[in-house]
Amino acid sequence: MFSGLESTLRGIIRSAAPIVIAGQGELITERAGVINLALDGTIMLSAMTAHVVARETGSLPQAILAAMLVGAAVVFVVVVSSIGLRLNQVAVGFVLTVLCADLAIFLGKPHFNRPGTEIPTMPIPLLEDIPFFGPVLFRHNLLIYFSLILTLLVWFYIYRTRPGLTLRSIGEQPEAAFVRGTPVNPLRYAYALLGGALVGLAGATYSLSVKLGWKEDLSGEGWIALAIVIFGLWVPSRVALGAYLIVGLRSIAIDLQDSDVIDLPAQIVNMLPWFLMILTLLFATSGALEKVVRFTPDRFKPAVRRFLRAAPPRALGTTFEKH
Amino acid sequence: MLVELQNISKTFGRVRANQDISLKFEGGHIYAILGENGAGKSTLMKIMSGYQSADRGQIVVDGQALDLKAPTDAIAHGIGMLYQDPLDFPPFTILENFIAGRPGGIFPDRAAARQQLAAITERFGFGLDPNRYVDTLTIGERQQLEIVRLLSLNVRVLVLDEPTTGISAEQKTILFNVLKALARDDRMAIILVSHKLEDVIELCDLAYVLRRGRFVGEKTVPCPISELVALMFGKVVERQNRPNVMCGDSVLTVEAVRIAAQRLTVENVSLRVCSSEVIGLAGLDGSGQGEFIRACAGLFPPQSGTIKLNGRSMTRASYHDFSQAGVAFLPAGRMEEGLIKGMTLTEHFALTQRSPRPWINWFEARQITAERIKNFNVKGRPGSPIQTLSGGNQQRFALSLLRQNLKVLLLEHPTRGLDVESANTIWEQLLKRREQGTAIIFISAELDEIVSYSDRILVFFGGRATMVDDPAEMTADRLGELIGGRE
Ligand SMILES: Nc1ncnc2c1ncn2[C@@H]1O[C@H](COP(=O)(O)OP(=O)(O)O)[C@@H](O)[C@H]1O
Ligand SMILES: [Mg+2]
Repeated sequence: MFSGLESTLRGIIRSAAPIVIAGQGELITERAGVINLALDGTIMLSAMTAHVVARETGSLPQAILAAMLVGAAVVFVVVVSSIGLRLNQVAVGFVLTVLCADLAIFLGKPHFNRPGTEIPTMPIPLLEDIPFFGPVLFRHNLLIYFSLILTLLVWFYIYRTRPGLTLRSIGEQPEAAFVRGTPVNPLRYAYALLGGALVGLAGATYSLSVKLGWKEDLSGEGWIALAIVIFGLWVPSRVALGAYLIVGLRSIAIDLQDSDVIDLPAQIVNMLPWFLMILTLLFATSGALEKVVRFTPDRFKPAVRRFLRAAPPRALGTTFEKH
Repeated sequence: MLVELQNISKTFGRVRANQDISLKFEGGHIYAILGENGAGKSTLMKIMSGYQSADRGQIVVDGQALDLKAPTDAIAHGIGMLYQDPLDFPPFTILENFIAGRPGGIFPDRAAARQQLAAITERFGFGLDPNRYVDTLTIGERQQLEIVRLLSLNVRVLVLDEPTTGISAEQKTILFNVLKALARDDRMAIILVSHKLEDVIELCDLAYVLRRGRFVGEKTVPCPISELVALMFGKVVERQNRPNVMCGDSVLTVEAVRIAAQRLTVENVSLRVCSSEVIGLAGLDGSGQGEFIRACAGLFPPQSGTIKLNGRSMTRASYHDFSQAGVAFLPAGRMEEGLIKGMTLTEHFALTQRSPRPWINWFEARQITAERIKNFNVKGRPGSPIQTLSGGNQQRFALSLLRQNLKVLLLEHPTRGLDVESANTIWEQLLKRREQGTAIIFISAELDEIVSYSDRILVFFGGRATMVDDPAEMTADRLGELIGGRE
């Protein structure tokens, strides 16, 4: 049905979807100044939840909603304990990720390895018939489509709208945002919850679409998403690129192993993408790319600069209180 | 427009930052809020601009009392403030900074904002390109941006907190011209917060002086600089008689030392201190006395000149060598540089003990700490964390940690933030050490402290240090003139 390249690319877009969704969710949370370190456990718990709810109720919307609620609930604990109780976000997140993973394994035991419910594929009429692009981009289910447009949505929101500007400002300099009349802490709650809900959605994308059903081998995906947000320097386009790159490299590594072209232990092959990722990062952060800016037309300079020269939100992981 | 502050008080824990301050500001004038560091200037202005709330007192604009919950409330009533640390967003563009916090719909009207920005920047000749990123701007340009932003929000009272720190001379001229134009042409009230006399003299019509959290007086500018200094530093009181201690051998000799301080270079400082002598260092903040005292402790290398202790050259020696040779230094930031927050008195004591054994005899440490607490009149228990003590008790405890028979004791603002009672007990202890032969060099912003305790005074101003040999004969005016730089 598909040619080799088509199916490889199609596969990459499918398997990268949850990482993209979780990455953009975490990006929103962190842009507001909150670190949700519980990504990994949250993804496992919400994937398990979506799987179980889908089996029990037969309703996919309910399954997705439940997964998103789980994601929001976990991040809610992080924000309450940091903004409300002044606990350390990193410590709370770390404990929560372990807790959620164990909870997912414990609660999911009865449903382990049962066939999962799959979200039906909805090819887009007309577009699906475009040669090459049709099969790669336009024959997926709703969640995958969402992952494809999410990056654009997030980019548009944070760089083009006024609330987006405010979102960036509370993670950067909450005092300055406060002076300009921004309710810093309520907004931090709101954006953290939104980001958490997206992480939950990423979990649902695994169990309802990418790795059908509930297995414990999901562990690790959340850490990848977390790492990609950092490697992507909190820029939506870079985060998306990082997600597709890592998943692409991973699938190439698996193909190579299957084809016996290289004869290396599986663990080494699995490490290759990370190695390449670090090289890419080195290249991206080296001065070499700065030169690119100089040769861009003025109109595109801000966008190009934003892509190349980004820095972490300065108030990340800190709390804000009025004096 | 008339803004009145009425009986404003504010405390932070034990610190009384503002005590019952009442001031008036009218449109068309440029005011100065003058005072040494820690006098409470920033706190008062943050209260007026809605950033902090007062414990007591009220702010009245044109006869109407305001209830300011946030800075935006103050801006709505026409009061805007430029904070001491710029409150902007460095990774954003100038335009984004300008837009942030302005009312409007979901999609900001960039073109309109651009126009508004251009209109104001053109009027004042600021060269602010809306597409530039704020992290590429100088502090002066960031100030300009913030002024433009506040003006576009129609403020009628503009407060600037220490705006001349960290900007170039040209930028200062531009800034002052803009402020004069705003007061003259737009009838705005401009309030300059500063501890720099030269800025106040150059720009302002009326100076309100704060000292130790209180309003101590106002002066119409121009006026003799010594009168402002007298207000800032307090009146010189009668010098009490005290046992005259014979000067012993010379312990510290500083010869022709040149020190590069933050804003200026102090040339050719020479000082010979003998045992049991007390030297007071006076001067406006940042005149080089802080660097000088650190040079005497081995913490700040002088550019040239020699420093000798007991005849031994210490010019390139480290802090450790100095302390081995019997020099101790107590910096102004007690909790930041001196003591360790979270550790108990006993733990502080144990830290200072040298012992060949790798473990600590806690029983003994507690006993000796208890003894020190008693001898040095510290109100606290061996197990109290240091930050739970009041400032005076912290300072007395810090003194008790210093070993006996020091050759030279260097102190920076030893009684800053302490009440009179505590200050007196600190000096009792210091004079006791003096009787044992320790030479004392201290910095203070209180003229009466300098005059009553010093045997000689070294006054820092404008890159020079002038020695005053007989403080008892010194008049307040004369000292004020020296500190303020008028011969
Ligand atoms: N947020 C705060 N918490 C605790 N103490 C403070 C705070 N702000 C100011 N202070 C204290 O209040 C006093 C006055 O400070 P400030 O108003 O900044 O003085 P100034 O601006 O005149 O240098 C100082 O002793 C300072 O340490
Ligand atoms: Mg201040």
